Amino acid sequence: MHHFVLAVIGGGLLGVAAVMMMGLNGRIAGVSGILSGSMTQPSGDRLWRILFIVGVVLGGAIPALISADFKPPEPQAGTMLVIAGGLLVGLGTGLGSGCTSGHGICGMSRLSLRSIVATGTFMAAGFVCVYVLRHVLLNNV
Amino acid sequence: MVKQQTGKLISALVSGLVFGLGMAISGMTNTDRVQGFLDLFGQWDPTLAFVMGGGLVVAFIGYKLVLKNPTPLFADSFSLPTKTVIDKPLWIGAILFGVGWGLVGYCPGPAIAGLSYGYTATLLFVPTMIAGLLLAKPIAKLI
Repeated sequence: MHHFVLAVIGGGLLGVAAVMMMGLNGRIAGVSGILSGSMTQPSGDRLWRILFIVGVVLGGAIPALISADFKPPEPQAGTMLVIAGGLLVGLGTGLGSGCTSGHGICGMSRLSLRSIVATGTFMAAGFVCVYVLRHVLLNNV
Repeated sequence: MVKQQTGKLISALVSGLVFGLGMAISGMTNTDRVQGFLDLFGQWDPTLAFVMGGGLVVAFIGYKLVLKNPTPLFADSFSLPTKTVIDKPLWIGAILFGVGWGLVGYCPGPAIAGLSYGYTATLLFVPTMIAGLLLAKPIAKLI
């Protein structure tokens, strides 16, 4: 199957997961918010968040177990970039109250202005970052 | 009450599972593809746009349907974000997130969904991302 078709199917599943979380639990399926809440919310409100994260890990594992085609190549970034990237992604999604799932899919599909602004901004920042990384520094970092 | 609690936990696990499947099937756990999408001036890879498109269409229609119900099945009310102001933390957070996303090609969902592949980069990215998330609260007070 062409990877664009798989992308639409996979994206559709992200939508299904978002609708399930809303229809069943009344919650936004935003990974950064759920991950953060799984550590910072009062103890009675943590378990569903932990289970959601466990589900994401399991769901991510299954396709690669069925076909090696679903196992992606190793990320290219070196250790320093990975540490910087991890810190910025965590800090940024924490401050900005969401990531690609919470703002990009859940928020935008509810036509939330905050989410539309956040998604436009983090995409623009990502475009600039990769431009500098690949075309100015020429991946020499 | 117990039934509602059990339903809530199982549905969170199953929703997470469907979400992780979506991430892996769509190719978003592949950091090359994601960086390829962000590389507008290089060999642009539009895959991520198809993923967003698929997700948005399903969520747009699905939300309209489920939000017609008076309450969710396993909770007393819908917990929808109420904040509408476009404030400084939103701008700053989105910019920092976008830069970090570009550096590695991981946003939170794909990084978590990619843990099982056992790559050193992923196993290092997730704990540093968690550290960043935990730092956000004290830092937000300074902005």
